[in-house]
Amino acid sequence: MKLRNRKKDVIALLSKAQTENKHNYITEEKLKLIAREAGLSYSEVYGVATFYSLFSLKPRGEYVIRVCDSGPCHLMGSKSVFEVLEEELNIDLGETTSDGEFTLEETSCLGICDEAPAMMINDKVYGNLTPQKIKETLRKLKEKK
Amino acid sequence: MIKELNSPVRIVLDNCGKIDPESIEEYIAQDGYKAVGKVLREMKPEEVVSEIKASGLQGRGGAAFPTGLKWDFTAKAQDTPKYVICNADEGEPGTFKDRAILEGDPHKIIEGMIIAGYAVGAHYGYIYIRGEYLLSINRFQKAIEQAIGHRFLGEDILESGFNFQIDIHQGAGSYVCGEETALMDSLEGKRGTPRFKPPFPPSSGLWKKPTVINNVETLANIVPIILKGADWFRSFGAKECPGTKVYAISGHAKEVGLIEAPMGITLREIITEHAQGMRQGKFKMAQVGGTAGAILGEDMLDLPLDYASLKEKGLVLGSGAILVMDETTCAVDMLKCFLNFFKRESCGECVPCRVGTEKLLQLATAISQGEGKEDDIDLMLHTAKVMQKTSLCALGQSPILPISTILKCFRGEVTEHIRGRCPTGVCKI
Repeated sequence: MKLRNRKKDVIALLSKAQTENKHNYITEEKLKLIAREAGLSYSEVYGVATFYSLFSLKPRGEYVIRVCDSGPCHLMGSKSVFEVLEEELNIDLGETTSDGEFTLEETSCLGICDEAPAMMINDKVYGNLTPQKIKETLRKLKEKK
Repeated sequence: MIKELNSPVRIVLDNCGKIDPESIEEYIAQDGYKAVGKVLREMKPEEVVSEIKASGLQGRGGAAFPTGLKWDFTAKAQDTPKYVICNADEGEPGTFKDRAILEGDPHKIIEGMIIAGYAVGAHYGYIYIRGEYLLSINRFQKAIEQAIGHRFLGEDILESGFNFQIDIHQGAGSYVCGEETALMDSLEGKRGTPRFKPPFPPSSGLWKKPTVINNVETLANIVPIILKGADWFRSFGAKECPGTKVYAISGHAKEVGLIEAPMGITLREIITEHAQGMRQGKFKMAQVGGTAGAILGEDMLDLPLDYASLKEKGLVLGSGAILVMDETTCAVDMLKCFLNFFKRESCGECVPCRVGTEKLLQLATAISQGEGKEDDIDLMLHTAKVMQKTSLCALGQSPILPISTILKCFRGEVTEHIRGRCPTGVCKI
């Protein structure tokens, strides 16, 4: 009794391809491969990959920082979160640092509105953000290198 | 752990924080999987459907459709195979109740899904969890494996001859996938865009097969109803909306977090008694039901927050998110934030929503910059009304609610912006 159906797995395959890539994106080669595996056309898989906000077809930083600007986070100061990050990383929203370390994005609600404002860096969620806490978090990530 | 603000009743959140969510033994010790045993050994599928119908349980995802009726339609559908889907694509801003349930008591959802499967005659279940909820996904995966190990999932469950299995589908970032038909397309591996309705899922859902799709919180109510009965369940909440609701409080209240209360608790009770009042400053407004919800001013503080009472006023309870805002908040700035959300999340499939959300954001942005015209207010209302009537799904149908209610409560403040002044000083004019 197996539920698997290849077409159904397209999103999981895209997700895997992206996670395995050091620059957090899905290469054209992978798109073609997934299309072949799932028995779909390239354009169909391209359509799926570009629909979902967690996927990227462009290289991104090793760390993708996603800041929430939904109602609760906006109210609790997401604007200053963006400002601090833009200043610390010296990039604008949607850009990647020149060393290929960080990409700054906006995300939809992360569901930790009781800890607003919040952001997600790769798999990890950070809440109750203050300029101090953001700078500290960035410093730790840079030190890890 | 998500903070819970002294809930007066705990039906849904009962085990959250009390048991180790990664231990099936601890769940079993709290009468876990007893409901599955009762259903499989003592009840016919139609009796299960009758019990849920009698409980008066309504869908907790926001639409408040009677759960028993949904199950009944699916049970009576002729086509096979049938499917059970748990909608865990919790994306409505300000909502974090489903995450609390998934992280705190995953087995209760598995049990609810098995019971739903038995009631409607489905052997396959899917839970669609949004990609951002990684802890929920991990915990649920672990719970499924434990349930298989204890033979609550798989073939011949508890030697009853009933088979049921559950698979997780991980979302990839899309608000509109919370809409049930968009979710099904996404589950099938496609772009998650809403379908035309009818047909509805009970007759044509996942892979066009009969499907029952329920929200996490709805499914969390199944086990207690089966164990304690419909009459017990009806002893909580309002007559037309029995049971409890898990409200998610965020924003400027002193304490923020979840509270489970009987349906019909008022905003005033939530803020003063459970959230310990405002953080600082005076209450200005609250948005109830998420970004797609209405703005309630001070005059609405004593309105019972249940589906029926709000519907009577033309409002919605939605997911039960409550965003509390004090007097330092600018109504226009928040409106712009809400409309930016709709614009960003519009899937682009239908024209009214794709064009309308963009247009609405442009108008609100102009007003916030002191560049709006008096006519813009009516234009916004007109645009949102057309969208309400012509959009394919709730995303495009919803902006009218925050817009019209903000204008009802704070029209003067919006007009001041048009005249070049932001009274709170939030907008840079």
